[in-house]
Parts: sequence; structure tokens; C-alpha cells
Amino acid sequence: LMTRGHASPAVADSNVYLSEAILDICRGLAVFFLILFLCMHVLNSRCVYGNVLCEEPSMNTFKLCAQPPNTILVLLVLGLSFATRFYKLAEPPHICWDETHFGKMGSYYINRTFFFDVHPPLGKILIGLAGYMTGYDGTFPFVKPGDKYGHHNYWGMRGFCAALGSSLPVFAYFIVLELSHSNSAALIAAALLIFDTGSITISQYILLDPILMFFIMGAVLSMVKFNQQKPFCASWWLWLLLTGVNLSGAIGVKFVGLFVILLVGLNTAGDLWALLGDLQLSLVDVAKHLLARVTGLILLPLLLYVTVFAVHFAVLNKSGPGDGFFSSAFQSRLIGNNLHNASMPKYLAYGSTITVKNLRIAGGYLHSHWHLYPEGVGAKQQQVTAYLHKDYNNLTTRNLHSHLQEAPMTRKHFQVTGYGINGSGDSNDLWRLEVCGGRRGDPVKVLRSKVRLLHVATGCVLYSSGKTLPKGWEQVEVTCSPYLKETPNSQWNIEDHINPKLPNISLSVLKPHFLEILLESHIVMIRGNSGLKPKDSEINSRPWHWPINYQGLRFSGVNETEYRVYLLGNPVTWWLNLACLGLYAVMVAVASIHCWVLMRGGGQLVLGWLLHYAPFYTMGRILYYHHYFPAMLFSSMLTGLTLDTLLHSADLFLSPPRADWLLRLGQVALLFSVLYSFYIFHPLSYGMRGPLAHEPGSAMAGLKWMDSWEF
Amino acid sequence: MSRFLYSILLQAGTMLGLSSLKFPPVVKTEINLVLVLVTVLGFWTRLRNLSYPRAVVFDEVYYGQFVSLYMKRVFFVDESGPPLGHMILAFGAYLGGFDGNFPWNRIGAEYPSSMSVWGLRLLPAVCGALCVPLAYLLQLELGSSHYAALGASLLILMENSLIVQSRFMLLESHSPLCSRYLWLIVAASSCAGAVGVKYVGVFTYLLLLGIASVHTWQLIGQRLRVFVECGCRVVCLVVLPVLLYVFCFYVHLTVLRHSGPHDQLMSSAFQASLEGGLSRITRGQPLEVAYGSQVTLRSSASQTIPCWLHSHKANYPIRYEDGRGSSHQQQVTCYPFKDVNNWWIIKDPGRQELVVNTPPRPVRHGDVIQLLHGMTSRFLNSHDVAAPMSPHAQEVSGYIDFNVSMVMQNLWRVDISNREAESEVWKTIVSDVRLVHVNTSAALKLSGGTLPEWGFGQLEVVADRVSRAHHSSLVWNVEEHRYGTSHEQKEREVELHSPTHIDVHPNISFLSKFIELQRKMLTVKQEESEHKYSSCPLEWISMTTNIVYWLHHSTNAQIHLIGNLVSWGMANLSLAAYQLLALWYLLRRRRAIRDITEASWCQFQRVGVVCVGGWLVNFLPFFLMENTLFLYHYLPAYTFLLQLLPAVLEHAHTHLLRYTHSHTNVLWVQNKTSWYCCTCRPAGLALLICPLLLMSSVLCYQI
Repeated sequence: LMTRGHASPAVADSNVYLSEAILDICRGLAVFFLILFLCMHVLNSRCVYGNVLCEEPSMNTFKLCAQPPNTILVLLVLGLSFATRFYKLAEPPHICWDETHFGKMGSYYINRTFFFDVHPPLGKILIGLAGYMTGYDGTFPFVKPGDKYGHHNYWGMRGFCAALGSSLPVFAYFIVLELSHSNSAALIAAALLIFDTGSITISQYILLDPILMFFIMGAVLSMVKFNQQKPFCASWWLWLLLTGVNLSGAIGVKFVGLFVILLVGLNTAGDLWALLGDLQLSLVDVAKHLLARVTGLILLPLLLYVTVFAVHFAVLNKSGPGDGFFSSAFQSRLIGNNLHNASMPKYLAYGSTITVKNLRIAGGYLHSHWHLYPEGVGAKQQQVTAYLHKDYNNLTTRNLHSHLQEAPMTRKHFQVTGYGINGSGDSNDLWRLEVCGGRRGDPVKVLRSKVRLLHVATGCVLYSSGKTLPKGWEQVEVTCSPYLKETPNSQWNIEDHINPKLPNISLSVLKPHFLEILLESHIVMIRGNSGLKPKDSEINSRPWHWPINYQGLRFSGVNETEYRVYLLGNPVTWWLNLACLGLYAVMVAVASIHCWVLMRGGGQLVLGWLLHYAPFYTMGRILYYHHYFPAMLFSSMLTGLTLDTLLHSADLFLSPPRADWLLRLGQVALLFSVLYSFYIFHPLSYGMRGPLAHEPGSAMAGLKWMDSWEF
Repeated sequence: MSRFLYSILLQAGTMLGLSSLKFPPVVKTEINLVLVLVTVLGFWTRLRNLSYPRAVVFDEVYYGQFVSLYMKRVFFVDESGPPLGHMILAFGAYLGGFDGNFPWNRIGAEYPSSMSVWGLRLLPAVCGALCVPLAYLLQLELGSSHYAALGASLLILMENSLIVQSRFMLLESHSPLCSRYLWLIVAASSCAGAVGVKYVGVFTYLLLLGIASVHTWQLIGQRLRVFVECGCRVVCLVVLPVLLYVFCFYVHLTVLRHSGPHDQLMSSAFQASLEGGLSRITRGQPLEVAYGSQVTLRSSASQTIPCWLHSHKANYPIRYEDGRGSSHQQQVTCYPFKDVNNWWIIKDPGRQELVVNTPPRPVRHGDVIQLLHGMTSRFLNSHDVAAPMSPHAQEVSGYIDFNVSMVMQNLWRVDISNREAESEVWKTIVSDVRLVHVNTSAALKLSGGTLPEWGFGQLEVVADRVSRAHHSSLVWNVEEHRYGTSHEQKEREVELHSPTHIDVHPNISFLSKFIELQRKMLTVKQEESEHKYSSCPLEWISMTTNIVYWLHHSTNAQIHLIGNLVSWGMANLSLAAYQLLALWYLLRRRRAIRDITEASWCQFQRVGVVCVGGWLVNFLPFFLMENTLFLYHYLPAYTFLLQLLPAVLEHAHTHLLRYTHSHTNVLWVQNKTSWYCCTCRPAGLALLICPLLLMSSVLCYQI
């Protein structure tokens, strides 16, 4: 794929066919994916009915009898979750919230235009694919939230996300059933998710979250299933490989997928530890187990993950808005970029005319223009800046110069100016060129060499601070930094190079190979992610807000006249989830050791919840409410398991008929409260019009239970 | 010194047991000469030629300021740590007779000859010296032999970085010491040697470490790991440190009673409790805000710069840069400086006059008022026009009637959020007030945005419909206040320029001051600054960045902070060796193969928990920190690694090399290490030119 990706101009026409071919492949992949999805369910039921379920040697004593999934219940869950997610799917017919990003990125795949995003590409590839297959042509610009879709086919992408979102309650049903062997626990968990307004809302739009959660839940389900199989039988291998596939899917959508990898990793480590302790198994058997898991859970996901990136780079072969984030060498791959198929002398020589680019993300080109620094900012000499766009008209024939004067914005650095004329100036115009990682005397290669410019007189290094100058036209400050640490801010590369005395070579020789691109795109993504710092002016969502449902997110609309959708979890289920976390802790403390379901099943779910929630406390980047949803899935499943155990343990202190009544009563009350709360809060997901909740005459009157909710 | 003697006594006591309760009481002691020797050596290396160089060395420039402020009893906030360390330094300075009159302006500045540099640096050096015998004792507590203990203390003794760090007026040398010392007390006093207690000690250690330096404050959560059976002790060990912690703040706040450079960070009430500064202005203000009061309104938003509600004779531009229109009425902003344009007059909507009646009619919670800008006589107004920088919120303006059918909407309801009664009176400084716009029920809010040039870069004020219950950007309080007496605008302007008078003293309790200070210290963000010698945590392990502490401008004499290369490498090796060994043992035990006895396995685990655990908790948190980090942040963690080294060597000797059965083997290795360290010194002296050898910090005496 890669070699075909950068086709020479002679075969440029074949690109059209190529793109169709690739899309055909993608279509095939999608069908395969759907079949896989169906297979999982079919196999799932077959395994249980066919009694492939194997007995676990060590856990025999505490194990309850496995309940087979009730077909009617499964169908009910499936039907209800699809119905709730697909109801009013096309409403509102305008861009909601982050659809503006992910819809746009889906379009980029259809148009094969290169872009940059902080998340890995799988989610957006799937969105683009879904759009393509449902007849969206990629022409809608996705400018800002609130823009009307008009005649464009947006429902395909939404439908795809909703389909994945609808599978979550089904997955939850199977996971809880597997962990608790109780249909009622599974049903409670599924009902909590089906009737959660937050889960509905987040599944109905073109977002990465439903895709991410699909893979997370898929991975957990496969893991749980895998644990139940007899070692090395066919279904054992199947679930092992499915776990791997889902893991790579999760990390391929967002880096948050790392947490589920951690969960599976811990589970597997515990598993292997138990196997190692089983003295009846020979060391060879243990090694077999280890190797199988390494293959299925490390090598396979790695391969798939890399494949996703390969597809990403192969599909996006046209120059686009993402070019500037990447190095010059990277850009030479992209059709339409001026470095594509360009030719220039390979090594820098005296007398060359060059452009110099900073290696910071979106670093600009070294630039100077006929303006002097204003009075009071160092010496009143010609400005030197970094400019984000290429500009060939500026040969001002001044020398790059620095001296012991404060830089305009970064006060600890020295000012850089243009001084002298036509090469005559003073000793402060002297710079020493240093190739990073090279030795003295190495030639400077265009595009590929990272160079630093060291000022001879003061020993400082040419630096782009990334701060925008106050009166510039997107001009970024350039300084001379006395701190010589190697950072991308102080590294530059030569981009354009003109020297008539030297022979030109084709730049395709310098094109980076796939692994280099992969590495570079990861570095850029990670830097981009850590660059998403909360601004002081914005009110940042904090992790402790989330489980208490403190504040939601406006998906669409603000005031009375608009169609409003507000992402907020069903407060009844969310607060129930929170209470059940406490209840679980109490129950474990009181009666845990003898309860296999609570210890093993509940333990895994709590671990999942913790892994998907706790790390957010340490994150410096900007956080949003929707980051809690993966953790919420685990919390809801735990609620199902805990409440069911609690209701079933009524017979410990009540005589049989009464205990049974209590059980039924509890289940009915629970179901009723979930249904009723969904009924009163459903406008959050399905849209509200008219006055806001605190005003008289609102449909949501009296439902603004917390001041911080904004509907 | 007495602490140290006490620990020796404890040591002696635990070794012998105070056997005689008979008459006559006879106390027999046995003195461990090795321990005494290493202690003396420790003191010798740390204290020799202490007042050299007579110049400001590295971070002394930073901590010195605080010492000076202590001497002058001026209030300050240092977000880098709680005040105990500063207080110890200041106490040393106080004993040394330092008067606080030194500018601390740059590294390398010469101290005047009248100043007792020795006194300033004494306490840290003593603490650093005590680390040496403590390492010895700690190693014994871990169950190692006296040889290993000697090795551990020698490693600490010979560690350049620790010597350098403890010789100057810096904080880090305290942190390992204080905590470890208390831990020993805990270990010795609670039935000497029960393993469980030691684990408790570890977590106490973490707590105490949190006290000693806020760098590790996240670790406090670790105590959750404590076993249930130790619950009782935990209570003592948690309550006591917390009390100590609060007490040290109590001393801090009692000693520092003058206003100073960091006043502005604190709330008005806090500032008013300091002598000078705001209290000089606000002393004599009337307490209850009344109709006709002239006030300045300070925003309580949790940002570093304070600001006051402000207006001036300039209007919002008719069109903004992005094409949206404005009301073109007078700008209302938040201004970070004291200014006469910050004064507002509180007016009763039902009456005309702008003076306070006798008796004054106080404004209460829930009352509806108008706010009149003192200098321009415009009413504070808000309407359904998008604010300049935050278009989702309403614009706030000083109302000008342009006859364009934009009605005046200038009624505001006073909502006191920290009220105790429903009809609470609005009080100066104390009351936190939200001003809720009556027509739109939006609240006056500091948006956090900055206005462009037409707004003179001042901060944007909006009215936001989102009435989030307790967000600090919605809260305002009256800072300066007086009862207005002038009927005429001209008189009023003169009055606004004059200072306030009358006398009431707002008192706030220690507890609320403590909580506020604590909050500020934890939330104030250090500006991210780069530094020539800063490094990232991963570099510490390989020790790639050193720190130049001091450099003489003419003789080129230098002091560097850099570890002893040999022991640094050995310590890292021992860490790797320990992990491999632990993994090996664990896997083998899982297959029911016991390589070592149960007792030595226990000891092995204990060493791991204390040393590797101590290293981890002192090291990992730095990965989450965003402020500038230096090599010296690693030293507490590193001392733990140094403790691991002899323990691992001894373990290897007794269990892995038992067939070679040379008892002197371990000692030989350790001696070799120590010997190498010693030879570093003269060799380094000889090769002064070669910067590599500057790592032997002992050098600095001779240059």
C-alpha cells in the first residue's frame, strides 16, 4: 500500500482507480466487521448452549450454576437499545458539538486530504467509511456547530455511531451474565444503560466515544468469555483473538483505550500467576499459555494498530490542513504540497538561498520584513519572526543578528534582528551551524538534517518561543535562547534550497519510510495532546464532577428559541451508580470472602471503573464530562451485579416466601424508577424547545435538581 | 544536638535494655564507637569551612528572601512548601544574629562581613550530618549487620551531592532527616521491631515527608495501605502529624504579622488581618454597607491577580473585530490596580439621594439596589447584548441613553452567599456577594477574558445567566468602604479621592486563615519557567545534568551539585539487582521452591518495601509535576537507594555467595567503594582543569 501511495506523476491518473480500489477494500472490511459482530453473538449463544463452558478447577466450590442467556431477554435488550438510540436520530439537522471536528475528519478521508488530529485514526476512518457507504460525498464543510446539513447525507454517520452505541447494553448484559451468572443482574445493568439519557445522547451523534466504548466493551466481553473457556480449544482461541482485535480497536480510536489494555493486562497477569502457582501444570504448559497470550494480546493488536496507520497514510495522500504540523520531509509525501516531487540540491552550500523551518509543532518559517522593532523593545533594528505561511518575496538582504538585548516577549532570551546589509555587518552576525546528532564537518542535508544555529558571540541558540507577537500578522517571536537544551523549539530544518551551481536531485530520495512516519505522527499526537491545556478563562470540568453528574455538556442550542440537546446522565441511574460503589465496598467488607460473584466479578468491574476514572486526576490536559462515559459503563455493570446480589441475599434474614416477595418488589421498584426517570428526563436527549427549566412554562420545570445543570 | 544524643541513647537502650529498675538505679550504657566515628566524620565533612564561600549560593537567593522576611516578620506565601523548613532556616539565622537586611538579588553576591554566614548555614548542615548516623541506625533496623550499616553510613558520608546540598542554606537536607528521625522514634517506642509497626512507620514517614516538603504532598494517600490491625496506631500517627502541621502554620501566621509582597494573593479579610497594607486603608471603615455607601468591589475569583469592578469614560466600540455589534455604552471592566474609578455608590432604587441617612439604612440579603459609578455617574447596567469577549454572556455597561429604545435595566439583587441568617446585613470585607441582575437573573461575573486595546487590556466583566451555585468568579466583596456625605457631584469626586476613616476591626480566626493560606499554596500555579540547570526526572537516574551552585567570577572557583559517580552507578545497579532477585524469588516460590529461609525472605521483603518503596514514592510523583525540576529534588529518593545498596550486597553475600564463605567479602566491596570515593578527592584536586572531576564536591574548600 505504501509504495503505491506515493505514485509518480506518470501514474497520477491511476490514483482515481486506486482510490476506488481502496474504498472497495474498505467496503469489504466493513462487511467483514459486521459479520464479525454478528458472529460474536451467534457464537456466544452457541458456546453456552453447546455446553462448551468448561469447569474451572479451583473455583468449583463457590461457583453458581451458569444460567443460559434468556433469548427473549436478549432480544428485548437489543430491541430497546436500538429503539432508544435510533429514535429521532436525524434530529437536530445541524452540526452538534464535536461533530464539527469528527464529521469534518470523516470528510477528509473521503476527499483523501491530509489533516492532523490528536487521536489515532481508526475512529475517523470508520466514520468516513460509514459516510461513504451511505452516500455522503464529503462536500459538507462542517464549519461550526449549528450549521444546517441541508441535503447532505449525515444520517449514515450518525446511524453508524448509534449502531455501535446500541450494542453497549447488549455487551453489558453478556458481561454481567458471565460475571454473575444471574439473568436479573444482567438485565438490571442493561436497563440502566438503555435508559440512561447520557448514553443515548452520546451515541446519537458523529463522535468517537460510541466507537471507543464499543471496542472497550467488546474487549471486556471477549476477556470475560475467554476466561470461561477450556484452554486451547477453538472457542478459547477465538475469544483470545477477539480480545486482541478489540484492544487494538480501542487504542486505535483514542489513547484512552490504553486503560482497557491495562485492565486486560492485569487480568492476564493474574491469570498467568494463578497458572504458575498450579503445580499440576508443567512449566512447558505455562510457557504455552504465556506465548498464546503474547501472540493474541500483544503481537496481534500491535500488528492491527500499525495496519490502521498504514491505511491512514495510504488514504490521505493529498496536501491539506494538517501539513504544517509535520516536518518538511513528511510533507514531501503529500500530493499538492510544494515539496511533493520537488527537486533541489541535496547538501547545503555557501551562497545557497534557503527557507528555514522550525521543528516545533506548527513551527513557522524564519522570516523578516521591512519593519523595525518598536521603541523600547531592545534595539530598534529590523524584526525577525517566525511566519506560519511560506512567503518568497522577502529577501531583505539583512544579516541574521543577535545581541545582549531583551527579546520582545520572552524576557530571559536575547533579541534577534536583521542587521547590516548584503553580508557586511559586525561580529554579532556570526552563527555556527550544528547538525543535531552529527559531528563537526558533516554536510547539512535539506529536509532531513535537524540543525541548530548557535550565536558565536553570546553562545545562545536560535529559538522560536511560539508566542504570537502583539502587532504581527500571525508572526511568532524568534529569540536567541541562552538555554542550550535540545528542544524542538531550537531545532530547524532547511526546506527550500536554491543554488544554481549545484545539481538538483529529486526529493523522493529523501522521503521518510513508513516507520519514521509512524513515529513522527505519534510524537506530534502526543505533543498535541499535552498542548491541550485548559485556559484560565474557561471553567474546566474536573474529575470529581463526573460521578455526581455535576454538570453536563451543551450539544446544541443555548436559549429558548433553539432546539436544545444537553448531554447529561440520567441523574437517578448515575446517583444509584455512585451509591452502589459505596454499597459494594460495604458488602465486600462485610461478607465478601464467601461470595465469588462479588469478589471476582465485582472486583474486575471495580478495577475497570478505577482504571478508566482515576488516571484523569493526574492529567494536565483539558478535561470534559464525556471522558467519564467509559468508566460509567463499568459503574453501571457493577450496580447491576451489586443490587442483584443484595436482593438475592434477602433470604439470609427472611423466610423463603417473604424473601422472594422482597426480591420481586425490589426488582420492580428498580425497573420502575429507572423507567420513570427516563420518561421525565428524556427531553435532554431527544431535544427541548421553549423556555429554560427555571422559567415558568418549561417542559423541564422542576427538573433542574442541581444549579449547575444548564438546560 | 540533643535529638541526636537522644537517638544514641535510644540505640544504646534498645541494644542493652535498661536492665536496672532496682535500687540504687544504675544506668549502664554501651557506646558504639563505630557509630560515634561516622557521626564525627559526618559533622567534619559537613561543617568544615562552612562559611566558604562568603557569597550567595544558588537557591540561597530564593530561600534567603524568606528568611529575611521572617526576620522582618513580613507575611509571604511560598507555594513550594509549608513553612517548617523556612522556619528552621530562619531560626538558625536568628541564632546567628542575622537581621534580615540583605537584598538576596543574585547568585554570587558577596555577603557583608558583618553577616554570620556560619549561622545561616549551620542548621541545614547539622541536619545533613545527622543523616549519616541515621543511615547506620536505619540499616540496623532493617535487620542488616553492622558491616552493612557501616557501609550505608559511609555511602551517605561520601556522597558529594548530599554534602553540597547540606552545606548551604537550602531545604532539601531537612526532608530526609526529620522524617527518618521521627520514624525511628516511632519504631523504637512502639514495641521495638514489630514489623507491622515499621510499615506504619513507613507511612508516617510519608505523612511527615509531606510536612517537610510539599513536593511530595500527593503521597499522603499512601497511608490507605495501612493494615486494619494497626488502625489504632494510625489514628495517633495521623492526628499527631496533622496537629504538628497545623501548629507550624500557627507559628508561621503568628510570627508573620506585617503585610508584605504577597498580600494581593489573599482575600480582603486575610489582608485586613495583617499590619500595614490593606488594614491601614480599611481600618476605620464602617462595617455595615448602607444605602449611600461608597464602595470598591473586589472580585473573589481564584486567580493570581486581584481586581476591582471598574468603569471609565470610554465606550464599547460600535462594532467588534469579528463584526458583532455592541451597545456602545460605557465600558465596565475589572481593573487590577487601586484607582479612583473603582468607587461605586450604592443607591436605593426608590430614592434619589446618594448620601447615607442617620441612622444608616443597611443593605440586606435579597435587597434590590442600583450601583452608581462614582466618577462618571453612570448606572451599572446589563442587557441582552452579547459581551465583547464571551458572546454567550450578557454585556455589562454603564448606562447611557442613546434614545435607541434600549431601556435602562439597572436593578441588581444582593445575594450574600456566606450568610448565616436570611436577612443578613451586607458587611464590608466579610460578606461574599453575588449581584444578580433583576431583569434577566444573570449574575455579575468576571469572565476571565482580557479586553483588547480599546478596553486598555483590562479584564472583562459580564453578566452570566448560568448561576452556578458557588463559583468564585461570580463572587464580589466590598473592600474599601465609607459612608457618602456629599450631595453634589463635585464634592463627591473630592470625597472619593480622600482616604477613608472611622474604626472597626474585622477579625478572622486562625482556622479560616489557615485554610485560606493552604488553599492558596496548593492552587497558586508556579509560572512555568525554564532554567539552565533544570532537568527532567528521567535524567536524574543517569545524572546527565548537574547544577552549578556557585562560580567565582575571577578565580573560576566553582561548586557543583553532582553525585558521586561510583555510588550513583552502584545504587542504580543495586536497584536493578534487587528487582531481578525479587522476581526470581517470587517466581521460584510460586513453583514451591524455597531458596532462602522464611526469615530472610521476610527481611528481603522489608528491605524492598522500605528502600525501593521509599525511592518510588519520592521519585514517581515528580513525573506528574509541571514545575521546574532540579537534580536536588532527587536526593531524598536517592538516599533510599543508597540504603538499598549495602542491604543487597549483604543479601548477596550471605545467600548467594555462601559457598565462597569469605566474611570480609562484602566489607571489601564496600571498602573499595569508599576507598574510591576518598581517592576522588585528591585526584580531583590535582586535575582541577578537567571539569569532569569537579564532581568531587569536596574540592570546593581548596579552590
